[in-house]
Amino acid sequence: MSWKSHETLEKNSILLLIGIIVVVLIGGIVEIIPLFRKETVIEPVEGVRPYTPLELAGYNIYIREGCYNCHSQQIRPLRDEVVRYGHYSLAAESMYDHPFQWGSKRTGPDLARVGGKYSDEWQTAHLVEPRDLVPESIMPSYEFLLKKGAKLHNLDKHLKTLRITGVPYSDEMIENAEKDAAAQATGEDRADISGLQERYGENVNARDFDGQENMISEMDALVAYLQVLGTMVDFEAAQQIEGTQ
Amino acid sequence: MTATTLSEKPNYNDDVVKLFTLATIFWGVTGFLVGVLIASQMVFPDLNIEPWLNFGRLRPLHTSAVIFAFGGNALFATSYYVVQRTCGVRLWSDKLANFTFWGYQAVIVMAGLGYVLGVTQGKEYAEPEWYVDLWLTIVWVAYLLVYLGTVIKRKEPHLYVANWFYLAFIITVAVLHLGNNIQIPVEILGAKSYSVQAGVQSAMIQWWYGHNAVGFFLTAGFLGMMYYFVPKQANRPIYSYRLSIVHFWSLIFIYIWAGPHHLHYTSLPDWAQTLGMTFSIMLWMPSWGGMINGVMTLSGAWHKLREDPVLQFMIVALAFYGMSTFEGPLMSIRAVNSLSHYTDWTIGHVHSGALGWVGFISFGALYYLVPRLWGRERLYSTKLVSMHLWIATIGIVFYIAAMWVSGIMQGLMWRSYNDMGFLEYSFVESVMAMKPFYTIRVLGGLLYLTGALIMVYNFWKTIRGDVNEKEQQLLSQGATA
Repeated sequence: MSWKSHETLEKNSILLLIGIIVVVLIGGIVEIIPLFRKETVIEPVEGVRPYTPLELAGYNIYIREGCYNCHSQQIRPLRDEVVRYGHYSLAAESMYDHPFQWGSKRTGPDLARVGGKYSDEWQTAHLVEPRDLVPESIMPSYEFLLKKGAKLHNLDKHLKTLRITGVPYSDEMIENAEKDAAAQATGEDRADISGLQERYGENVNARDFDGQENMISEMDALVAYLQVLGTMVDFEAAQQIEGTQ
Repeated sequence: MTATTLSEKPNYNDDVVKLFTLATIFWGVTGFLVGVLIASQMVFPDLNIEPWLNFGRLRPLHTSAVIFAFGGNALFATSYYVVQRTCGVRLWSDKLANFTFWGYQAVIVMAGLGYVLGVTQGKEYAEPEWYVDLWLTIVWVAYLLVYLGTVIKRKEPHLYVANWFYLAFIITVAVLHLGNNIQIPVEILGAKSYSVQAGVQSAMIQWWYGHNAVGFFLTAGFLGMMYYFVPKQANRPIYSYRLSIVHFWSLIFIYIWAGPHHLHYTSLPDWAQTLGMTFSIMLWMPSWGGMINGVMTLSGAWHKLREDPVLQFMIVALAFYGMSTFEGPLMSIRAVNSLSHYTDWTIGHVHSGALGWVGFISFGALYYLVPRLWGRERLYSTKLVSMHLWIATIGIVFYIAAMWVSGIMQGLMWRSYNDMGFLEYSFVESVMAMKPFYTIRVLGGLLYLTGALIMVYNFWKTIRGDVNEKEQQLLSQGATA
């Protein structure tokens, strides 16, 4: 091939444009298309379920506030990370995150398994004023979440939208979205959580997360979300099975 | 000295170029200012004002303002200027060109307001929600039409290399934008939408997009700028035609594969990570091809670099481009990445590219454009250009040196063990250790912003038509000597 033959492209802009498109599509096709065969990408594990409506509301607050700018949710299989944060992240654990929240920067610690590590009181107080609990922290405060009521009335529409993308929400879950969210943020002392448990499992956290009896705040939703992160898969049980094999 | 007085020159549409030039300057200063603010928030957390001005909402405001508002307007301005000169014809449609200006500013304002109010898709560098995405698609199609329309009616049989890069930038950004923004809105009258892809798939598509926002927005587009303004300012032809062909095709082919290096050691399948790493390392060569072609354009005219601070801007830009495109492949190696990922090293790397390469090549182009667009003989002050160059360069050095130290320190602290075999540091100890470096970063950012403000002053005086008597005198003395 001589350098002259490149002239054809330089003199015909449409041909050049087509050439560019073809050349830039190849890499994307090779890397992305095979991932759509999900069975080869996501190893099935027991326990991963779609978020409850309240947790989903919390996930949306997490995104709205840009938490992913400073916190990752992806524990790498490196010795220090597993010691610091727990079992490395599995593909299945983020299969219902539209989009993923793996993040790219750890100005603060990883949150992939923060669920259950701190009490609700700690999470709430920390979000209100991080420096009350961790004096050296540089995290912004989120006191307004306590005063802002969580938007529960249209959660059914959120569930419906997610069902289109493939999240297995049942008709029953969609119908009861608002009720389930309210029950989860109230707790079994003052609400009937049997329906919630029936739909999302016995282990679902249902309690008054922010300690404000009179309202369901955005703080309730965000803490409910944080408290479920990384807790769906029972790694101890999995280890026992692996051990017996 | 407008184009119309010279009958043999085509009547170029420079009005729209002027608008984009002014927007570039305005958004540049805005973006740098927000950058300094959020850098300060990391030293003084009390500067967070909840909810609208918290770091999490302002960070996308900063990245979008500098990449898409400053960088985007610079690309519009220069591509419209360059395509007319290299094709020898006026822009294809004045109306559509004007629409791209106002339409694009609307994208910026809608996106920025959204971030502050908490409207975001939560994907880095693709935060605007579905309605902004749709509007941007319309604006971008108009951009492609104006550009292509001008190229098609050109008088010059050969399409100059700068246009190949601009064309690759426009069309690939369109592909990336469409690919990464497949969302379903919850309500037609609501802002919220969910991405169709989840988890691993959404991560791969996001970083295919994210890395190529760097590759095609911040690299290919600005290489187009480089290929016109460096030869023009140096008054020399581009160093090698063959090199430009080889590095153009290899750059755009290889870049697309590099995305997975953002996902090393994650739940993304290993084969994809390995592909991403391999292509990232290969990317070193075509990147340096561009740098060599730019810098070597000065061969035989190196003396010009001594006197001309505008040319200095462009050559320092190429040096930073060379440095960050060497650092990038290094960081994409899995073993290096296991240390550098999630740390400030990445932030430093991005900024050596953004402040050094994208910023400086744009400043160089702006210094070339402003006197010509407004019909002035020369810039108000060359000395101020020099001052801008040095203050900004020192600012960048402060910034990236601080981030190297803090990033590597973070990485090492997170993985260090004590004698008993336990982790030596709690997370917050690594946060505390960052404080001096975050302070130096603020200083670096302030210097960079100061440089930009000097540029604004210089342009203000130039556009007003003020003459700097001292420099004028020196020039005429030089002429008679």
